Amino acid sequence: MTQLILEQALNGLQFGLMLFLLAAGLTLVFGIMDMINLAHGSLYMVGAYLAAAVTQASGSFMVGIGTAMLVTALLGALLEVSLLRRLYARDHLAQVLATFALILIANEVVRMIWGAQPMLLNAPEALSGPVSLAGFFYPAYRLLLIGVGVLVAGLLYLLVSHTRLGMWVRAGASNREMTEALGVNVRLLFTAVFAAGAALCALAGAMLGPLLAVQVGMGESILILAFVVIVIGGIGSIRGALVGSLMVGLVDTLGRAALPSLLREFLSPEVASSLGPALASILIYVLMAAILFWRPEGLFPARG
Amino acid sequence: MGLYASSPRRRIAAAMTLVALLALPWLMQSLDQGFYVSLASRVLIFALAATSLNLVIGFGGMISFGHAAFFGAGAYTVAILAESGVVSAALAWPLALAVAALLALLIGAISLRTRGVYFIMITLAFAQMVFYLVVSLKSWGGDDGLLLLRRSTFGSLDLKDDTTFYFVVLATLALVLLALDRLAHSRFGRVIQSIRENETRMEALGYPVFSYKLVCFVIGGALAGLAGALLVNQSGLASPNLLHWMQSGTLMVMIVIGGVGSVFGGVVGAVLLLLCEEFFVEISPHWQIGLGLLLLAVVLWAPLGIAGLFGWGRSRE
Repeated sequence: MTQLILEQALNGLQFGLMLFLLAAGLTLVFGIMDMINLAHGSLYMVGAYLAAAVTQASGSFMVGIGTAMLVTALLGALLEVSLLRRLYARDHLAQVLATFALILIANEVVRMIWGAQPMLLNAPEALSGPVSLAGFFYPAYRLLLIGVGVLVAGLLYLLVSHTRLGMWVRAGASNREMTEALGVNVRLLFTAVFAAGAALCALAGAMLGPLLAVQVGMGESILILAFVVIVIGGIGSIRGALVGSLMVGLVDTLGRAALPSLLREFLSPEVASSLGPALASILIYVLMAAILFWRPEGLFPARG
Repeated sequence: MGLYASSPRRRIAAAMTLVALLALPWLMQSLDQGFYVSLASRVLIFALAATSLNLVIGFGGMISFGHAAFFGAGAYTVAILAESGVVSAALAWPLALAVAALLALLIGAISLRTRGVYFIMITLAFAQMVFYLVVSLKSWGGDDGLLLLRRSTFGSLDLKDDTTFYFVVLATLALVLLALDRLAHSRFGRVIQSIRENETRMEALGYPVFSYKLVCFVIGGALAGLAGALLVNQSGLASPNLLHWMQSGTLMVMIVIGGVGSVFGGVVGAVLLLLCEEFFVEISPHWQIGLGLLLLAVVLWAPLGIAGLFGWGRSRE
């Protein structure tokens, strides 16, 4: 039992860290420019497709991920300069709709290029087996995801809290006008942040590709989770995004694994087996509603 | 000047549209295109759903991203009632409306404590809860949805007949639009529009802002439930897709294309969107690109929607 819980906790950690890759970019875009970007999930999807296509063509997973990150970053920068920039001054409804339109366009373009069937993206051969871990076996590939997630989170932390660039970003998130007045080119900074966020999306898409299916619509389901994460964490806060990601990843994974058997202790098996999955799937939304109820600005509000 | 400005010209236009819609079934039957009567019912039902969202967003200024929950709640209520033998529309439809209203009361009472982006996100979260709850309950059909084996019965009216059903839908929509027009000019309507324009000021003037917004949110939810009840009768299936967040997005698209805060905005948007869908699907399977580009164009260059282009919408001073 403890082994099962430990394994599920690792799965939750892995999922949470991948969510963080998406949420980090999203929360900065949201925080600095006060912009709701629903198309963030589409960048994740495009990244996964690019990684799958390049990996198939070149035979190397590393080349696939590298190309996907680079191309998606360029795509993100292009999108920001050409379209999103015009939406910053608009109300949230306009932003939601314009980026909703981008989702429709991105899904169809991907369907035109790669077809409606899911694409195959395999983990590298060397990582496909399990490794022994203090008494039980755990898939090596998932362990790699945890490693990459921790590494990226660490690098982002250093970048955001210990460099001048990071200081500008934090300043931009807490008060954009003031930062501009102090002579920081927030426009340029923001294009860079957006491109970096897009690259992280592609990284998450490519890394999760072998675990989840690479298919049209993959961006939408994870996008909602990423929004839940940043709303829990507090919009604009990287630290909040990390805490929120881990909370959502762990609660979701552990809830799905433990809740049905937990309910069986109290309820009849029949009720428990139908109620368990239902409750487990809404657990994170309950968590988010509860947090917003008591802390309407999230756990770590960026604006003081 | 209020948002829902009415003028003799607009009344004439509305009356003419109504006459055209009344004549539609005979026209279609004489052209031997009976299928389009059912399509027309579907369009009008979505027009009702979009109008209910327009009340919340355009009129109350609350950007709800979870309207599909109420739409779906109405549909599922009718389907579940039918499963247990209740097929009378006189009972099932008001119940669908009541269930949706209750859900809206619950969601609204919690969500309206938050502002701006957080409100958008928390309404979305609640709608997702409803979606996942329904999808994971096997007794409600899970992923497959619930089939409605026979349409509701309504006294001596034969709702199984597509034309009769169309007239019922048309009458419902017309009544709702008329009621909303009255509501917009009532004291309640003026207060809620003022709250949209300047909430702090209305609060300072002593209006119970929270209650006004909640009532507006609940009316919107209840009307969406009614639309759901009609839709499940039209399509014969209460599908989880009705509850999906993309459905909430689609309803938003409709009112933005049609005109946010214009009394006919929801109707115009629903008609345009669904008819475009119907015709473009046959031209190209990738018609959604066209829809996306159209939507982008509307957001960038016609922020008041089609209604704004023709000056039917709200007047900006």
